[in-house]
Amino acid sequence: MDNDSIDQIIDKQRGKPGSLIQVLMEIQDKNQWLPREALEKVSEKLEVPLSRVLRIATFYKTFKLIPEGRHKIHICTGTACHVRGAQRVLDTVQDLTGIKPGETDPDLKFSLETVNCLGCCTLGPVLEIDGKTFGKAAPAEIADELKKYE
Amino acid sequence: MSEIIIQIDGRDVAAREGMTILEAAQTAGITIPTLCHHEKLEPYGACRICTVEIENRGRTRLVAACLYPVEKDLVVRTRSEKVDRIRKVILELLLAHAPEATELQVLAKEYGADKDRFEKESSFCILCGLCVRYCAEVKKKHAVGFVDRGTGREISFIPEIASRECWNCKECFPLCPTEALQAAYVLTEALISSSPSFKLEAEE
Repeated sequence: MDNDSIDQIIDKQRGKPGSLIQVLMEIQDKNQWLPREALEKVSEKLEVPLSRVLRIATFYKTFKLIPEGRHKIHICTGTACHVRGAQRVLDTVQDLTGIKPGETDPDLKFSLETVNCLGCCTLGPVLEIDGKTFGKAAPAEIADELKKYE
Repeated sequence: MSEIIIQIDGRDVAAREGMTILEAAQTAGITIPTLCHHEKLEPYGACRICTVEIENRGRTRLVAACLYPVEKDLVVRTRSEKVDRIRKVILELLLAHAPEATELQVLAKEYGADKDRFEKESSFCILCGLCVRYCAEVKKKHAVGFVDRGTGREISFIPEIASRECWNCKECFPLCPTEALQAAYVLTEALISSSPSFKLEAEE
């Protein structure tokens, strides 16, 4: 992300500590994640101590402090999916991608997250890749599907 | 300022309006144990070890003495059976995090807390926030802060600020009831000195 667009977002709220979360969300919206340099800049321009910026950024699950992969995998571990074998789905994806929930692989190909419900429990266990839903997920099918992504 | 008479452990104690129960007790020489309290800092109410039982208009409640303001006709009990039991459990929970902390061990002896009651989860930090608040409120440097949330919450020095400010200060070190703070500092220092983008003041 170029510095200009970060500056643009921050300049609108300059000197307003109360806008911290809004600014962080806007930056993340543009950039997918929050680089350290951006946080330092936010701290300076909004006149919020860096330790507070980091406290807020680490508190909310929304904020990503590491780069996002090109493809985002969301695996549902809610109650319905859990009893229908979400753990097996999660294990398969972890094995294939080599990353744990909350991580991104070094090639920036996949990011993995667990979520609590995707709203279609009858399809459990459910996972979502780049917003596309895969229901009644079987480990072998997931393996085939993941191979299609570059 | 108007004076309020409250009763602490059966003794009448005169207090000024706006004082907390803890302050009133201290002026009367009554000890209430504290862990997260510091006279230079705003009351925080994190450790709950100062929990006392109050009675007002016939009802009893449990409150944190370091936060609760004195009020007319307040009756305070600092050592009832209920209060002692609560303090014992709080200590046992804190000891699961920091079993070696001397301050906790002294209190544990007094309240009969068993340090092995809960499974050890040694984070060594009891999240009293003394270092974080001292750095923010007294030194106004914000070099150490809380990160993460819930069970993952911990203190962390911010390398960008710590590399400038901490070398000549370290005033937070003696405040820590455990030794987690010093450990966090040493860790940050090691990370800073091994990273080429940071330079310690002392090296310049």
